[in-house]
Amino acid sequence: MMHTDIIQGLSGYISGQILKQPGLLINPDDALISSGLIDSFHLVDLALFVEDAFGVRLDDTELNAGTFDTLSQLAELIHQRAA
Amino acid sequence: MSHIPEHYFSTQGLGNFTQVLLRARQESAQQVCLHLLSSHGQDLSLTYEDLLQRSLRYTRALVKQGIQSDEVVIIILPHGEDLVASFFGTILHGAIPSIMPYLTEKLQADQYLSALQALFAITRPAGVITYADFEEQVRIASAGGPVREVFVAEEIHSSQFQEKPAVALSSRELKGLDRPPASIVLLQHSSGTTGLQKGVALSHQAVFNQLESYSQALQLDTRDVIVSWLPLYHDMGLIAGFILPLLLRIPLVLLSPFDWVRAPQRLFHAIHRFRGTLCWLPNFAYNFCAQKIRDRDLESLDLTSLRAVINCSEPMHWKSHEQFYKKFQPYGFRETALSTSYAMAENVFAVTQGGIDNNVTVDTIDQQAMIGTQKALPVTELSSETKSEAVPVVKMLSAGRPIAGTRIRILSSEGQELPDRQIGEITLQSNCLLTGYFHRPDLTEKALINGWYLTGDLGYLANGELFVTGRKKDLISVGGKNIYPQDIETLASEVDGIHPGRIVAIGIFNEDIGTEDIVLIAEIDDDTDCFSTEETELIRHERIAREIRQRVTQGSEVALRQVYLVKRNWLIKTSSGKIARSANKAKYLEEIG
Repeated sequence: MMHTDIIQGLSGYISGQILKQPGLLINPDDALISSGLIDSFHLVDLALFVEDAFGVRLDDTELNAGTFDTLSQLAELIHQRAA
Repeated sequence: MSHIPEHYFSTQGLGNFTQVLLRARQESAQQVCLHLLSSHGQDLSLTYEDLLQRSLRYTRALVKQGIQSDEVVIIILPHGEDLVASFFGTILHGAIPSIMPYLTEKLQADQYLSALQALFAITRPAGVITYADFEEQVRIASAGGPVREVFVAEEIHSSQFQEKPAVALSSRELKGLDRPPASIVLLQHSSGTTGLQKGVALSHQAVFNQLESYSQALQLDTRDVIVSWLPLYHDMGLIAGFILPLLLRIPLVLLSPFDWVRAPQRLFHAIHRFRGTLCWLPNFAYNFCAQKIRDRDLESLDLTSLRAVINCSEPMHWKSHEQFYKKFQPYGFRETALSTSYAMAENVFAVTQGGIDNNVTVDTIDQQAMIGTQKALPVTELSSETKSEAVPVVKMLSAGRPIAGTRIRILSSEGQELPDRQIGEITLQSNCLLTGYFHRPDLTEKALINGWYLTGDLGYLANGELFVTGRKKDLISVGGKNIYPQDIETLASEVDGIHPGRIVAIGIFNEDIGTEDIVLIAEIDDDTDCFSTEETELIRHERIAREIRQRVTQGSEVALRQVYLVKRNWLIKTSSGKIARSANKAKYLEEIG
């Protein structure tokens, strides 16, 4: 899967399902966690989505801004693990 | 097995926390009292001897820097050993600890600092205990204020300290031993800038009275094991999930809230591993656990040891119980373990307890009568069948009966006591009420009328059981936290294009997640730029909505579910020009259908 497809999938899920603002555009380099765009209660949702959509498991200890904070960082992580 | 005796503290002649801790250490030095679980690094098990010795390091640091007993010490530390040791170390010195939430990666430092300054101004603490990374920030916030000393946990933790045998600990050395039962032992604050102005001051005696009554209501015995992920800066975590087990010598297994929210299955793994019997959860956690855990993460777990999972601290919903039961029943979770409680910091913790020796009562009442006439009219099975179409019903979960020493009265808005099944304000009188709001006699006077505490919650009594129906005050209850809407509005008003007095934050119950969603409605100016198109308008709105969300998430403990932007003069105001919250909530609900 292409990097851009992963980003698009993630972006659609975050704006539509987590933020409930389907029209919202999230740039690949926008901070997600440190900016507070995604609060801690939704990190587990994001992990479940990543597993269902891309078959990549994120450990709960990885759910923090130190591991990924932007769509492109998360996409890179998914890309590496899926390979 | 042995039940916790009815007058545990008084019959043993124990009058304050320090005496209790020393007695526990004298009689059960090698008993493991606390298992601290961590997602990174090692789990840690502490005996009473360990707990005391580690706490004494903090006591000594406070003594050395001249902190007086009776003075307040604010503790800002992540979940873990030092949080526990600094809390008891402060108490052993006779000083008054208050645990504050610590700065997480998403909270904005400047917001947090101004909240801290507001807290310092009212509470006037003599010291703050924090971790190295946050020391600088605390020093900035303390400048020119009452704080004389900032303690760094890492330094105290590793300090060389001669361990003391029990006999050597005299009252000359431990000021905490002399504290009178009526003196204040700790302060508890609720969330947000507004909550920080109200430190609930509790005496040793009040806490002991609560623990004695509550342990009877729970039928607590020495075979119990309490498992908790709750933060220690809220009453449920601090009292039920910390002080109660440690003072009554019931083993405690503690997880960090940070770990739990990222992997809720950790709670059930801990219950399985330690044969946990009691656990307290806010309502939303029932939904969260039922929805966010994969079955494969629960494989081969045995939850039969659980005798009560107690729903507490936000409005309780039977559907949340139902979801939770369905999810965990295959792992041995019993329906009879579903329990409820109505609790608040002002009563130390529990006011009522339900579902311990019987199932939680479900009261099916007529919805229209509840809203229209403020009456809880039961709808019997038969009548709901015959006219099921005609009568919309609400299923109310009982919060149980008052614990010993606590009495409840339901009052009308005119202050008259109401009969059974009439909805009014819940007021209470007890032997464990707060001493007052710390340094706020004005607030104390408002909240306590003739010794009765006005809770601001609405509810009714039926056959001696309490049912909580709503709130009189404007608090939003989300994820177990009480949020003041004005704090959210203040944060949002900092966004360019938004004006104070033209925004309103409301809480809307979301059945799916089992707690309230916060919606912020804001009036925005029409764009004066005549060249603006529909598209640029849309982009501008998106920017504003996004900035508002960001401000609120970074400046508070909650996130907004929706930002609803409206044109000028949309918001309904009262005759005095104030925003009418409930009217605007109704208008919003109507508009979105």
